[in-house]
Amino acid sequence: MKLIINGQERDVAAKTLADVVQSFGLNERIIVIEHNLNIVPRDLYATTDVTEGDKIEIVHFVGGGR
Amino acid sequence: MADTLKIGTYEFTSRLLLGTGKFSDLDVQQQAVDASEAEVLTFAIRRLNIDNPDNPNFLERLDLKKYTLLPNTAGAQTAEEAVRIARLAKASGLCDMIKVEVIGDMRTLLPDPIGTLKATEMLVKEGFTVLTYTNDDPILARHLVEAGAHAVMPGASPIGSGLGLLNPHYLSFIIEECAGKVPVIIDAGVGSAADVAQAMELGADAVLLNTAVAGAKDPVLMAEAMKLAIEAGRKGYLAGRIQKKRYANASSPLDLMIE
Repeated sequence: MKLIINGQERDVAAKTLADVVQSFGLNERIIVIEHNLNIVPRDLYATTDVTEGDKIEIVHFVGGGR
Repeated sequence: MADTLKIGTYEFTSRLLLGTGKFSDLDVQQQAVDASEAEVLTFAIRRLNIDNPDNPNFLERLDLKKYTLLPNTAGAQTAEEAVRIARLAKASGLCDMIKVEVIGDMRTLLPDPIGTLKATEMLVKEGFTVLTYTNDDPILARHLVEAGAHAVMPGASPIGSGLGLLNPHYLSFIIEECAGKVPVIIDAGVGSAADVAQAMELGADAVLLNTAVAGAKDPVLMAEAMKLAIEAGRKGYLAGRIQKKRYANASSPLDLMIE
C-alpha cells in the first residue's frame, strides 16, 4: 500500500500505524506521529488503521537551540 | 531563601539554558552539558530520516530524569505552524514547555512580532508553559505578558551571530516591564562569557545560548565559563553596582599625607 511518509511516497505492508512503526524499526524510538494531520498517541497506534494515500509525519527531537 | 529561577510551575537552580544544536560530537556535547550544569535543554522537532532511522540522537542518550526539555518551534513562519510543532512536541509525553519561535525573515532570523504574539496566545490557551522568543521590543514584551507568556525571551542580537547585546538599553526596559511578573531570558546572539555576565548584570533572570558553546574551540571549557559568567553576573546584579562617575574618586584617604 502506498503511503506518504514524511513527504515521500512509500510502499508499506501495513494495516495499522503500529505496522508502519514496526516496518521502519521504530518501536524503541522516541517519536511522535501525525496521521492525516491528527496527532496519534502511542497507545492508539495498534488501533489506528491506515489506508492508501494517507499522509503520515514521523517526527523526533533533534539538536537545536541557538 | 534560595535564589531560584521560576518559569510557570517549574523551578530551577541553574540560570543557564542550553541549546543542543551544532555540536560536532555527541560525547563532547554531553560533557559540555555536564559542565554547564544547565537543567533546561532546548531541542527542535523535525522529520525522522526514515531511510536512516538509527542516526545517533542526543535526546535518546540523555538521562531524561535530570533535565527539563524545552522544545522550540524553530522553522515556523506562522503562528499555525508553531502551534502544530508545539502539539507534536507535547504529544511525546516528555514535556509541556514550548519555546515559541515564529521567524519573520530568513536572513536575519528576527521574529515576526504578530505571529509570535498570536502563537503565544494560542499555546497559553492550550495549557502549555510558554516561553516566547521576541525582539528587543518592550511594548511587545508587555503584550506577551498580557497574553499569558510564562517567560519573555528577547534576543540580544541575531541568532548565532555572537554579536552580544546590541541594545542593552531596551533589554533593560523589557526587564523592568516584566519585573515581578515573568522571567526575562536573554536568548540568541550571545557570543562570550562577558556577554552573559552583562546580560545578568542588567537584571535578566537567565540566558539561553547554544552556538557560543557549540562553536567554541573548546566547547566543554566554554560551557563552564558560561556557567561561571551566569553566577558572576547574577551576584553582581544582586549586590548592586556602584554608580559610574566622570572623574576619579580616590579610595585612599587624601588627608594626613607625609610631607
